[in-house]
Amino acid sequence: MTGPSAWTASAPGTRTRRARPPLSGLGRIGLGLLALNVLLAAAGPYLAPHAVGEIVARGAFAPASPASLLGGDYLGRDVLSRLLHGARYSLGVAAAATTLGFLAGLTGGFTAAEIRGRFDLAVTWLLDILLSFPPILLALLVIAGLGPTLPVLVGTIAFIQSARVARVARAVAMGIAALEFVEVARARGESLFSVLAREILPNAVRPLAVEYGLRLSYAVLFMSSLSFLGLGIQPPEADWGGMVRQNVSGLYYGAPAAIFPAVLIGLLVLGVNLTVDWLAAGSDRHLSEELR
Amino acid sequence: MLKLIVSRLGLGVATLWVMSVLVFAATEILPGDVATAILGQESTPEARAILTKRLGLDRPVTERYARWLTGMLRGDLGLSLATETPVSRIVGLRITNTLVLAAVAAVLAVPLSIGLGLLSAAYPGSPFDKSLGVVSLIVISLPEFVVGLLLVLLLAVQLKVLPSMATTPDFASLPGLVRALTLPALTLLASVQAHMIRMTRAAVLDVMRQPYIEMALLKGASKRRILLRHALPNALAPIVNVVALNLGYLVSGVVVVEVVFTYPGLGRLLVDSVATRDIPVVQVTGMIFCTAYILLTLAADVVAVFTNPRLRYAK
Repeated sequence: MTGPSAWTASAPGTRTRRARPPLSGLGRIGLGLLALNVLLAAAGPYLAPHAVGEIVARGAFAPASPASLLGGDYLGRDVLSRLLHGARYSLGVAAAATTLGFLAGLTGGFTAAEIRGRFDLAVTWLLDILLSFPPILLALLVIAGLGPTLPVLVGTIAFIQSARVARVARAVAMGIAALEFVEVARARGESLFSVLAREILPNAVRPLAVEYGLRLSYAVLFMSSLSFLGLGIQPPEADWGGMVRQNVSGLYYGAPAAIFPAVLIGLLVLGVNLTVDWLAAGSDRHLSEELR
Repeated sequence: MLKLIVSRLGLGVATLWVMSVLVFAATEILPGDVATAILGQESTPEARAILTKRLGLDRPVTERYARWLTGMLRGDLGLSLATETPVSRIVGLRITNTLVLAAVAAVLAVPLSIGLGLLSAAYPGSPFDKSLGVVSLIVISLPEFVVGLLLVLLLAVQLKVLPSMATTPDFASLPGLVRALTLPALTLLASVQAHMIRMTRAAVLDVMRQPYIEMALLKGASKRRILLRHALPNALAPIVNVVALNLGYLVSGVVVVEVVFTYPGLGRLLVDSVATRDIPVVQVTGMIFCTAYILLTLAADVVAVFTNPRLRYAK
């Protein structure tokens, strides 16, 4: 992030690009947070002391006790257990949607960059239109029509992501497709798939990894916002955004039920963002460019 | 230049038309019987058939779309399914509220973010620059509703200086306006600042690497002069672009923020209508949000042309 100061006159040609940035302190924190969240999502349901819907305390927002370490929620359910169960939704839905959208966008963007011509024109035209549609609006419209079921949520977020990924993937592949070794591969008679997968893809890993990270953090925020609006994961299941919504009245007593899910969302996204920053440090991309 | 603007306008209108098809398709062709939704599961098939006919839902899709579109263009927005009142009346009350909120947030956010970005670029690598980067990264790692709730916790619950809700904002008096808008506007500010700060910093630092800046530095121009007169004008195009993008983002950010503070704007109306499947209201609010979004991107294009002489004289 720092780089050489622009305020000192430097001899031309001294700018060097590091192949792999050293793991900075913030990068370490980011990777740690990310690993913690993956662990929570993978093992959470097995670690949870209670079932999702089980009532363990009387009254709303029971204080912490040895039986429920983080107290109860607005219905007297165990907050810790619900957090552990919710991890799977918060990270899982976002990761599934991002991966799906990423694969679709990558395929479309790469193919458009390699084939060019009319196909490329059609793809860019389609992308321009899709990208001028506010994402939250698209999601709300689809949910208004189909209802907030898990496949609809994953599909909608994947669709929203794919257009953004396709644009970046196309731009990255355009640059690489013009290089000589790709030209040679084409002349050798390699198939379209082979050119894309064996020549272009290996040279686009870094910017694509950064893009994946950005999309993932976006998906986590988007999903939790939908759940907060009551249009995401439906009760009795809940992701962290939905838990904030349900327990928002406990905020005024500082109940852990409202604060912990909010903090966990923040830590998850922060972990992804810090990792992305570290990944991007060696490349020319700035985190800001494709943040949204 | 006029030609360029006209062609952008044409593109905007074309996009808007495609949007109208998408909005209509998403809400009309999808499954779910409207008559059943209104009358309930235990209604008789005859009653449902009558209602379907009365609402014109038995007509072919293309005819309904044409009627809907021409109605929209004439200002006839139809009736809300839930309340049976004209959509135009419901929307009219809300649209000003949302515009006021978004405008206040934009007026606060844009100068502040560009200013901080410039300061950051003036002292790259300084403690100020580093801490600003970390703080803004933490803030955008939180969803808007969390930022909003944290502000409520701090300013309304702990310090008790502001109300936590803005359900019935009092716009007639200045204190009422400030009380109603401060928390929602601050939340929106938090959600758009990082992007603009980072882009301003990056764009200015990028220009600073150019030889002509080194020339200015060597001839002894002051730091301030280099930053404001030499670097900023050439960094303006990407900054304007990001500003417009984020103003567009304000348009969708208000949806969540209005729900957090139960602010009576278009965003909350949209969420409520989606929950009750009040399709006519969803369609109209959806089109309003799309139009605002397109107008903003259009404005960004036009401003970018004005700030970049090389584009200004393009054929």
